[in-house]
Amino acid sequence: MSAATTTGPTARPAAEGRIPPRAHLRHIGALTRRNLLQIKQDPQSMADAVLMPIVLTLLFVYVFGGAISGGGGVDAYVNYILPGLMAMGGLNIAMAVGTGVNTDMATGVMDRFRTMPVARSSVLIAKIVVETGRMLVSTAVLLCVGFLIGLSVGTSAPNVLAAVALSTVFGASLMWIFILIGLSLKTAQSVQGVAFLVLMPLQFGSSVFAPPETMPGWLESFTAYNPLSSLADAARALINGGPVADSVWKTLAWTAAITVVTAPLAVRKFRDKT
Amino acid sequence: MEHTTQPADRQNAVEVRGLLKHYGETKALDGVDLEVRRGTVLGVLGPNGAGKTTLVRVLSTLIRPDAGTAVVAGLDVLRQPRELRRVIGLTGQYASVDEKLSGRENLYMIGRLLDLPRRAARARAQELLERFSLTEAAGRAVGTYSGGMRRRLDLAASMIGRPAVLYLDEPTTGLDPRTRNEVWSEVRALAREGTTVLLTTQYMEEAEQLADELTVFDRGRVIAGGGIDELKAKVGGRTLQIRPADPDELHRMVGALAQAGLSGIGGATADETGGLVNVPLLSDAQLTAVIGLLGERGFAIAGIDTHLPSLDEVFLAVTGQKSSSLRRPAGDGSGPENAFEGVAA
Repeated sequence: MSAATTTGPTARPAAEGRIPPRAHLRHIGALTRRNLLQIKQDPQSMADAVLMPIVLTLLFVYVFGGAISGGGGVDAYVNYILPGLMAMGGLNIAMAVGTGVNTDMATGVMDRFRTMPVARSSVLIAKIVVETGRMLVSTAVLLCVGFLIGLSVGTSAPNVLAAVALSTVFGASLMWIFILIGLSLKTAQSVQGVAFLVLMPLQFGSSVFAPPETMPGWLESFTAYNPLSSLADAARALINGGPVADSVWKTLAWTAAITVVTAPLAVRKFRDKT
Repeated sequence: MEHTTQPADRQNAVEVRGLLKHYGETKALDGVDLEVRRGTVLGVLGPNGAGKTTLVRVLSTLIRPDAGTAVVAGLDVLRQPRELRRVIGLTGQYASVDEKLSGRENLYMIGRLLDLPRRAARARAQELLERFSLTEAAGRAVGTYSGGMRRRLDLAASMIGRPAVLYLDEPTTGLDPRTRNEVWSEVRALAREGTTVLLTTQYMEEAEQLADELTVFDRGRVIAGGGIDELKAKVGGRTLQIRPADPDELHRMVGALAQAGLSGIGGATADETGGLVNVPLLSDAQLTAVIGLLGERGFAIAGIDTHLPSLDEVFLAVTGQKSSSLRRPAGDGSGPENAFEGVAA
């Protein structure tokens, strides 16, 4: 009988790379469609992408704007905070990837995919594709609100687009961290809890909301190394004008570093779990 | 079957040899051998934590065993998982469909993931929705489905790729009796069409209803196997049940049988609530002797019946485990935390 082949525990399953690239793309397409249908079925899940930028912008500009800008006026603060919020938008969306992955693992859906001739990575890739789209929608809403309340672009349209692109790329790299968290924790709620713990200091201990020069020394040095500060500074320079190179390079370096470290970890964790 | 990749000459759709999977101290699979003949339904019966779900997970490429081999539809589970995934279907204890998508979208998505062209995926989804009586609910989110509808959709999802081998892991656990019957009739229909089915269950009745052959699992080992009648015969003889015309004669009848001292017949007992005398039998000759004796003594008999032990009794006999634990609806039986506590066989 052909059952006579013995296989030790060290043998690995046949490489998944053998799924032809076109089939792989088709699978990613089908799974992307699934994630889009999920949003359609549950429109409230878009609320964080659409409403958050509106609420945050109005809140910060009108509640803190006068105080923080130190007499510079609300208009000046719009141009300060908006690129910062753009940088921060990716964080909240990236968090949703973590809870989404966690939910898939908790229900039987993942098992279903794993018993089909589908590369496991296509599930993750589809999620990232859809969430990146959500990030872009969120950023577009943010810019619209900004223009309505007096955001003025000191540079040119391509620079604004570059700022959007930079925020998106950085946000996508964060998704890997949240995938890792999503795979490591038991429930979606705990994922959210841990994510907030990580995000809060990152968000507020940065140049997103207020200039670091106004902070105590220890905090100022923390913000100097906070990647979110680099991104906020880069977006600000791209939209308002000013020296761009340093902050953009720093942001790209952070993006690359985060991806290189966490993506393989997340994928490995995913493989181990699946 | 419409088409499968199974070689025609292979007798067994599933062949498992020496399968081993330990989780720390817990031996989920402790050297399992089993076969499922092509086109038949094998019932894998056992209590929670017996290793049934672990077996299904190994055979559907979800986990790797520590040792042993498994060949399904001619494909090695360890060496050819990708090819294997094209020819198997799995319906687990928990519905593995996307709750936010409609029934139709779930089936379409699975069709696309199995590389069906768009039009074919749509057609196949429609076909299965009709077959599993889900057309009315097809457009609704699965989250709004009843338990039975969800399970039927799950079965439909498993059938999209026309699998040669279908695993059903406790397909009716948690379903009400009516819904259970619906699932049973679907499984019977699939079996009639030639799909090989490996079914795990904790329900004796389910195994008896659906399975051609039976394997009894306990603590990661196969402790008994064979055809259902074969297994019953192995475990114990028949019982002759006699209903006296006058219920007051129960004890006189038992006394008469005891006095007669028929060879090999011990312990006739009176079942007062049922109004029956139970006589354990070892041979047909004894049956004739008992009836003859009662006739001679002038007892009026209203009815006689012989009955094989129930599967509950079979399990009790082979494991020494009380059958009540089999129906305990706790846990999923898959993890080591569900380690089965009971008296060893």
